[in-house]
Amino acid sequence: MARKILLWLTLVLMMIALYMVFVYVPTEKEMGIVQRIFYLMVPAGWLAMLSFTIVFLGSILYLVKRVDKWDIIARSSSELGIVFTTMALIVGPIWAKPIWGVWWDWGTPRLPATLILWFIYLAYFMVRSFAAEESRGARFAAVVGIVGFVDIPIIALSNTLWQREQFQHPGALVFQGGLDPKMTLTLMVSIFAFTALYCLLLLLRVSLRNAEIEIRDLKELSD
Amino acid sequence: MNFWRKVIAITWKDALSEMRTREIIFSVLVFTLLVIVIFNFAFGTSQEVIVLVAPGSLWVTFAFAGVLSLNRAFIPEKEQGCLEGLMACPISREIIYVGKVVSSLLFMLIIEAIALPIFAFLFNLPMLSLQVITITVLTTVGFVAVGTLFSALAVNTKAREMVLPILFLPIVVPIIIGAVEASGLALAGESWASFSSWLGIIVAFDAIFLVASFLVFAFVVEE
Amino acid sequence: MGQNITSPDWVVKVTGLTKSFGNQRALRGIDLEVRPGEFIVIFGPNGAGKSTLLNVLAGIINPSSGSILIGGRSLQDNAEEVRRQIGVVSHQTFLYGNLTAYENLEFYSRMYDVPRCEERIEEVAAIVGMTSRLHDRVSTFSRGMQQRISIARALLHKPAIMLLDEPETGLDQQAIAMLWETLHADGAEKRSIILTSHNLERGFELGERLLVLDKGKIVYEVFKKDLDLDGLKTAYQQSTRVSQ
Repeated sequence: MARKILLWLTLVLMMIALYMVFVYVPTEKEMGIVQRIFYLMVPAGWLAMLSFTIVFLGSILYLVKRVDKWDIIARSSSELGIVFTTMALIVGPIWAKPIWGVWWDWGTPRLPATLILWFIYLAYFMVRSFAAEESRGARFAAVVGIVGFVDIPIIALSNTLWQREQFQHPGALVFQGGLDPKMTLTLMVSIFAFTALYCLLLLLRVSLRNAEIEIRDLKELSD
Repeated sequence: MNFWRKVIAITWKDALSEMRTREIIFSVLVFTLLVIVIFNFAFGTSQEVIVLVAPGSLWVTFAFAGVLSLNRAFIPEKEQGCLEGLMACPISREIIYVGKVVSSLLFMLIIEAIALPIFAFLFNLPMLSLQVITITVLTTVGFVAVGTLFSALAVNTKAREMVLPILFLPIVVPIIIGAVEASGLALAGESWASFSSWLGIIVAFDAIFLVASFLVFAFVVEE
Repeated sequence: MGQNITSPDWVVKVTGLTKSFGNQRALRGIDLEVRPGEFIVIFGPNGAGKSTLLNVLAGIINPSSGSILIGGRSLQDNAEEVRRQIGVVSHQTFLYGNLTAYENLEFYSRMYDVPRCEERIEEVAAIVGMTSRLHDRVSTFSRGMQQRISIARALLHKPAIMLLDEPETGLDQQAIAMLWETLHADGAEKRSIILTSHNLERGFELGERLLVLDKGKIVYEVFKKDLDLDGLKTAYQQSTRVSQ
């Protein structure tokens, strides 16, 4: 039931977000039409952070309580996290190319920081598959999930300090409040829609994994 | 006090074993020198270029040396089940972590103490200033804090040697940035104040990862 | 909580002990009581959970559920103090090959806070008959000699309970005989021993109480005085077959 409601909510929100991004919101005067990617890029970055926060919390709870449920949540969230981080890493350069003239700029803190984040969570997956037993893999992945998350603020800080102001990242614009109210509204709706999508996907992934485990247990019983 | 007595016993045992075999220090040192020589060939003979690339090549070298030596840290503990023997002892798991951190730190510092003068000699740079030494020691603490945790993890996986760099390198990116920037400024003859914010990042990294690794280490070694 | 219910009847009391590795259940509800000075032998096929049980009792592996009281204290709550009362000999020696026998013993005495450790090291080395080789590197020893040092290591802190996980693995007959001799020396009458073994004859000879573990459960339990070796063999075959 909850899943049905969430599904419809996501669908409706996504439709509204699409309408707003392509019809409602005015075109940015300097950057032009490309600027609309912004409404996809910011939610992707946000979801990357959100999903890894869930990985972090799930990992702690798994290590403390040793209940598989938390590992399943952390693992499912990490899968979504890597998808959204990848999306941010693809969409970001598509936005950057026409506006900055380059695909990638090391000097803008958010780019390398996101890339490092991507590598850390790749390690989260790999360590699981390298472990001999599944339970050990879950434990190791949880440790990487915690240590990796703790690293994020230092990565952000060092990258910010490291940047040589060459291009302005649109993120800064949001916080300075230099955004048209229509644009802010569109962005908010878009973020909401993507967050609902994340919740829906997480729910589906967790229940799928539970079903997998149930089938495996049944198979074992019948052996 | 009892805590530190046992930590020292573990370190002493590692040091004794290392004095007999010279397995870690000698081989890593040779590796380090080879990398330095190769960097010299890669970047040519111009002194301006060398000044530019020296901090970077110094820290790339030390990061790889760290991976190599930390990879060995838990292998003696695994050979005759010694880690299990330690876990059966009436000591907390954290003592094992701190003991291994101290011995790895000792080995790394010895390697760096020999490599730095050679670096200074080959690159014709003032590497032996108090500034560079401070940066080196502080950064090595960070390397070892993270590396010891991941080394204990890697030794329990199928692909030991591959796991450590995949986990270690993305996590240490911020401290490498800090070390490269700070030692670059120090080599350029700048004052302590000029790189104090970088030192701040290095120290913050050390503190955060000593605490985080201390807290999660038990979950890595305990089934 | 400092539980001080010291009962003279048992030194180890295990209730409802289970251990799962993910979805693989290694121990499925073990209940066991060990009296002071008792010699218990646990038989069982490979993968029955013998090593897991001993590792849990040694405090190396955490149990998934159930309680373990050793000397009246909970292993889970007072892990470090409880581990002090236990000596472990496994098929792995827990020794550092690059250190000498003496250095290994010295290291473990520090870990267990053994008082006057020089004397104690001499003592345990004499018990296992390794005094002359004390200052040689462990890696130069034969498997049997390494295992003797390993026993000396487990005796250092005069544990009330000895856990022996298939200590005969890779030893020749003479070394095995030596191993059992040493177990009976050094105040052995008060020491409880739990041994896991493949070898029914040997285990029958040594143990007072015999258990059969299969698929993580104790499927058979008997006192030696109640049956002979052939009886044990039949019982072993039946009990491990029944549960399959």
